[in-house]
Amino acid sequence: MNWGEFLAMNGYAWYIWGSYGMALLIFIIEILMVRHRRRLILQQLHLMRNAEDAVT
Amino acid sequence: MAINWFKYSSPSTFYRVAGKMVPWFAGSAAVLFVVGLYIGFFVAPTDIQQSEAYRIMFIHVPASILSMFIYLVMASYAALGLIFNTRLSSMMASALAPTGALLAFLSLWTGALWGKPMWGAWWVWDARLTSELILLFLYLGFIALHASIDDPRRADRASALLAIIGSVNVPIIYFSVQWWNTLHQGATVKFTGTSMHVTMQQGMYTMMLAVWLYAIAVSLLRVRCIILERECKAQWISELVEIRR
Repeated sequence: MNWGEFLAMNGYAWYIWGSYGMALLIFIIEILMVRHRRRLILQQLHLMRNAEDAVT
Repeated sequence: MAINWFKYSSPSTFYRVAGKMVPWFAGSAAVLFVVGLYIGFFVAPTDIQQSEAYRIMFIHVPASILSMFIYLVMASYAALGLIFNTRLSSMMASALAPTGALLAFLSLWTGALWGKPMWGAWWVWDARLTSELILLFLYLGFIALHASIDDPRRADRASALLAIIGSVNVPIIYFSVQWWNTLHQGATVKFTGTSMHVTMQQGMYTMMLAVWLYAIAVSLLRVRCIILERECKAQWISELVEIRR
């Protein structure tokens, strides 16, 4: 079996790779969103801490 | 040995425990994805009836089953939070909702891409598909309701009620193919075993485990964010290394 034949999936390429492509996209987007959320809250906590230090 | 479980229900302890667990779940999920895809695409034989199209199953079935399972786990955490007034349980429920919603969407998406070549339609208003769509709306409703209430504890209680009531939909999805005459094929994964080629089963169960572990890893990462967001005024958080840097 060669790679071209494998990728063609006997004519079902769009359906199969469309499914797995979307799965990959969803997992990547979800991970990036969680990482972004973490960065935001850490930034905010930094600011809060610095503000506290300035007061005391 | 007596383990003090309530110790783990405190956000400060769980924040650290979750942080230590994430790499293990994420790592094993990654390994199982590779193994599962290898079995699914290179070991499992071509199907006699569906040719190669059936290979969508290796992502469609895990996404669908996990979308239902995560809903039940989410509703259970929400109920625990409601009954015992434990903050962490409600945070876990909130952390699971986006992952469940994405998997429900993925189930519908892959289902459409499988339905088109097999049934000739992207979508039909059939009991299985419609109840899975309702599941997606329940997840989105849970997220939206929680976001719409300012006081987090009130938001927890209101959305917990929605999650608990909505859980009747899960058995409806599961048994829909038996209760109604649907275009969707019958249950592949049954309590009494499956009727599939053994390598197809291996591929499917490996992928299911992979998606499960992935869901745990990403939900733990998310609950860590939620803990920081909601406990931001707590003393222990200002002492964390990641804040001190």
